[in-house]
Amino acid sequence: MKLKRVLALLTAGLMTVGFAGCSNGGSENGDGTESATFKIGGIGPLTGDAASYGTSVKNGAQIAVDEINAAGGANGMQLELIFEDDECDEEKSVNAYNTLMDQGIGALVGATTSGCSIAVSAVSEADGILQITPSGSAADCTKAANAFRICFTDPVQGQTMAQYIIDKGYKNAAIIYDNGDEYSKGIHDAFVAEFKELGGGIAADESFTSGDVDFNTQLTKIKSSGADCIFLPIYYSEVAKITDQGAALGIDLTYFGCDGWDGVIKQLNGDTTNINGATFLTPFVSTDTNEKVQNFVETYKTEYNAEPDQFAADGYDAVYAVKLALEQAGDTSNEALIAAMTQITVDGLTGEMTFNENGEPNKSAKFAVIENGAYTVVE
Amino acid sequence: MKNKKNILYAVIAVVIFAALFALVNLGVLSRQYQGLLVPIGVNVMLAVSLNLIVGFLGELSLGHAGFMSVGAYAGCLFTVHANLPVFVELPLAFIIGGAAAAVFGLIIGIPALRLKGDYLAIVTLGFGEIIRSVFNSLDILGGSGGLKGIDKSSNYIMAYVLAVITILVIANLINSRHGRAIKAIRDNVIAAESVGVNVVYYKILAFVLSAFFAGVAGVLYGHNLAILKPATFDFNKSIEILVMVVLGGMGNIPGSIIAAVILTVLPEAMRSLADYRMLFYAIALIVMMLFSSNPTLVAFRQRVFKKKAKEVK
Repeated sequence: MKLKRVLALLTAGLMTVGFAGCSNGGSENGDGTESATFKIGGIGPLTGDAASYGTSVKNGAQIAVDEINAAGGANGMQLELIFEDDECDEEKSVNAYNTLMDQGIGALVGATTSGCSIAVSAVSEADGILQITPSGSAADCTKAANAFRICFTDPVQGQTMAQYIIDKGYKNAAIIYDNGDEYSKGIHDAFVAEFKELGGGIAADESFTSGDVDFNTQLTKIKSSGADCIFLPIYYSEVAKITDQGAALGIDLTYFGCDGWDGVIKQLNGDTTNINGATFLTPFVSTDTNEKVQNFVETYKTEYNAEPDQFAADGYDAVYAVKLALEQAGDTSNEALIAAMTQITVDGLTGEMTFNENGEPNKSAKFAVIENGAYTVVE
Repeated sequence: MKNKKNILYAVIAVVIFAALFALVNLGVLSRQYQGLLVPIGVNVMLAVSLNLIVGFLGELSLGHAGFMSVGAYAGCLFTVHANLPVFVELPLAFIIGGAAAAVFGLIIGIPALRLKGDYLAIVTLGFGEIIRSVFNSLDILGGSGGLKGIDKSSNYIMAYVLAVITILVIANLINSRHGRAIKAIRDNVIAAESVGVNVVYYKILAFVLSAFFAGVAGVLYGHNLAILKPATFDFNKSIEILVMVVLGGMGNIPGSIIAAVILTVLPEAMRSLADYRMLFYAIALIVMMLFSSNPTLVAFRQRVFKKKAKEVK
């Protein structure tokens, strides 16, 4: 009996060692050494609830890599994208990062989601590797010196929308937001502060928690509040529910939204009668007439048989940022790449952007107006 | 006799540590596996501590992630605001995290006296969900975006030492008078009570101790990731820990350790299978479950292991 236990313990020990033995035997060309291929690591959820985000980033980034390679690479080097799944879990994201480091990546596009990005940058900062998150919008994602981002931060979105709504002549906004979601709450808080600052009033400030399907209480309050517009800093699935229930209650106010609205027309099955004239901030709309965007949309559709969303565009732009940094630096060392990031201008799908030392992108916002079942882009 | 056993265990602990230390420092272990050492330690602590409730006390608890999160938040909140040197700060954080979780263990332990089986499972499940909702809505804890700015100060040595302490404390408790009382409650409450076992005391003791170590594991978890998100500590996390306990065998500490190690390493070892790893992971779980409980396979395993045991003699 005793021996059995000892054996069990020993097997446990041996297994740890055994598993460790089957490592990838990573090549160490991540830092400094010039090689014919430059490996870019990618991290995002490819499985689980948030799988669509990671898949989009991966596909978008792959298209950029293929384009760059077909055009002769960056600095004569071919790029290679290695994408690892993190299931939108911080621990798995760090594991994915370590796996990528074993494979000798020279720059990282990721992680896709905010929490994972923060967890990964806590490790990558020590490695000093260039990290660009395509879509991590929480403020802390770029806190590390080596971290940059492509998308807008949540507060910036809130402030921009406040300015836009005031400019359109609305004075009294109603809001419904998801208080269990960092993204929604981040936009909401910045919006409220900025809107008041600009002289507007908040007629009704209503919230719900993720998973709610009945918004009649909030909408009834808004109806009697004297609001002249409704701002919904939430994701598209709930937008569709709210606007449907709002119409049923006879609410006829203009809706405004954030980039989480991308996909709302599909959710409404193309019937936009209730939300005609609604405007939301977005970095990317697939019906944009811009030639670059149209080329990308076409390639994406033929390669992956799906409509690209803003995550795909963010992934695409992140790879181009790495490429330009490589060319600007003329070197693959981490320090040179990071220093080059603040000198480049990326003319990407999500607009023309430069980066400041804090890792934040500087780009102008685009707005999409929903009209008769389609998006129209206004600058 | 007992001393000999303890010495043997101590030797094994030191040998495994030396092996680990050598592997890490000689660069044999890839980054991927080095990064798994702390999560392994965390999961071993969680599985062994849950085993105390599920395996030895015989109560089904589905709120272990809740205890873990209470400890994690308490300990990490302390280090975020304390700004003491790391070697002072971290041990204090472990104690604070453990103590905070233990308080909740006490609160949950009290209804545990009145409820049994499925009913208790639902109560603990509810506890886990309530805790998560509270963390989600408390702004001082970072809300749904999570508690940020935690120093990434944990390392594998810390994880190893804490895991060994957890195992030693719980294994020694089980082999003591208290442990026998706890097992007696599991086997037959009425019989235990009739011979003078203080059921109230021992049930609470088990819950508090189990919660304490879950809390310490949470602190370790937080300091390994630098961010704590309430969404991590959902129902699935509790189930994940329970799977380790069930797979390793109820009331079997070495089993829990092995299961925790395997279930942490397996998904990572299968990374190269991409999307298929979910499928293979599930298959692996079924196979391991059969291997540990199917009578024919158990008999086969015992034969093999006995042979080996004889050879060792």
